Amino acid sequence: MPNRPLPRFPEPDTEPFWEATKRGELAYQQCNRCNSLVFTPRAHCDTCGSPDLAWKVSKGEGVIYSVSVVVDRNGDYAVAYIDLDEGFRMFSTVVGVDEPMKNLQCGQRVRVEFEPQEESEYLIPVFRLV
Amino acid sequence: MPNQARTAAIVGIHEWPKRLDPDVSAMQIKAASISRALDDAGLTWKDVDGLYDANDGEGGGGLGMAAYLGIKPTVIDTTSVGGSSYEFLAAHSLADIAAGKCNVAVMAHGGKTATQKFATGNRFANSPQPPSWQSNMEVPFRNTTVSSYALVAARHMYQYGTRPEDFAEISATTRYHAMRNPEAVQAMTDLLFADIREITVDDVLNSRMIASPLHLLECCLISDGGGAVVIAAADVARNTKKKPVWVIGNGQATKYRENGGDVTVSAAAQSGPIAFGEALLRPDELDIAMIYDSFSITVACILEDLGFCKKGEFGDYVKGGRLRFDQKGGPALNTDGGALSSNHPGFRGLFLLMEATRQLRGESTSQVPGAKLAVAHGNGGLLGHTHAAGTIILAAD
Repeated sequence: MPNRPLPRFPEPDTEPFWEATKRGELAYQQCNRCNSLVFTPRAHCDTCGSPDLAWKVSKGEGVIYSVSVVVDRNGDYAVAYIDLDEGFRMFSTVVGVDEPMKNLQCGQRVRVEFEPQEESEYLIPVFRLV
Repeated sequence: MPNQARTAAIVGIHEWPKRLDPDVSAMQIKAASISRALDDAGLTWKDVDGLYDANDGEGGGGLGMAAYLGIKPTVIDTTSVGGSSYEFLAAHSLADIAAGKCNVAVMAHGGKTATQKFATGNRFANSPQPPSWQSNMEVPFRNTTVSSYALVAARHMYQYGTRPEDFAEISATTRYHAMRNPEAVQAMTDLLFADIREITVDDVLNSRMIASPLHLLECCLISDGGGAVVIAAADVARNTKKKPVWVIGNGQATKYRENGGDVTVSAAAQSGPIAFGEALLRPDELDIAMIYDSFSITVACILEDLGFCKKGEFGDYVKGGRLRFDQKGGPALNTDGGALSSNHPGFRGLFLLMEATRQLRGESTSQVPGAKLAVAHGNGGLLGHTHAAGTIILAAD
């Protein structure tokens, strides 16, 4: 099992997002006043300022907005912005690709997958090519 | 016709000559640089009544810096927005001078990034700081400084058909200038650069990949160093030792990750038009472009966003060395060698103001004959992520 650097708590804005990963859910927020999507998570709407937000669950499908492969002595890995179909952009990674520098590019379809960690109950949402 | 307002000017500068300097503190660099910048202007310690500080250095900041210097300024501004802090502070000093709150403003930077082997580049900090709303959404994916910028470069290539050689031209141009600056050459020597010479586009593309699509020679170096700038009111500036360099336009802005946003557009697209509007100038009228070159992509986006060329077209614009100091058809870019080839102790925005000043005084090692107008554009934070942009337009008499 992987052992990624982990989110740390208490951190009240992001804690509900990470709690949802334990249920295999990719959570985002929507403003009950102006209907704007809110991501990354926070306690107010960043379009209108309202504190009245609802949690929603994404289908976890989207496209790579941008991707870079970091050259690392422990193995190269990708970092990516994913544009989810619901309309929010998440910073994450794309896993399970041979030669990622050659085979990953903007515009590819991806789907979320929840990756268990050795030392945490939280699951890390990563993406795979569809 | 540029703005004729002559409210405040850069009257003194000092750049710390060494880029690897284990035996001094950042605070010593700041204080000594202020002293020498005041000498450069023909002013004294006692003349200083405005302290502008970016909270850098050991025990610095608005609280510590005045005590360390031993001054009692009437204005203390501690805006700290990373690399562009000094473009913000210069703008604030202009406003305070215009309002009569102070007459002689100092701002200094000191950094020990090389000596401290500060974890940048592809290392991600396992930060001892408390978690934040931003860090918790990023830490598991091991984002790095370089990959933050690489994501912008990758999108730029996808969106506009930009080629790797377009980015590489920026590094080659900057090195061309660095090789004419003895302090930059010494810096590369002290920082153990291999094969110190002018570089070609192919050299850049053959250097190792750090985070695709960015190669080693597209990333700034990491150095010690610093310096100071003195900005004074017009009646003071008319009587200083060197030619005053007037601040004739300024703009500030911020940008951050947004759902559906375009990461190839930086905050310069907002700060630039404000600054050029105040100065009543178009980008193509400028002789000098001092653009924050943390990475090749930073310069690419900012050149476009400031309006030197259309969005997505910087590659054609910089092609063939157009932005070298001895070429026509565009401003001279980062004539001190920039962060890519001269120094980057931390907040590099101060060096943009200093080299622009040297050019408008006729003191650069890559001097553009008769240079009259310059832009210094700082980008603090991370391009494509949360960043703050400060644009300053400068004019010689």
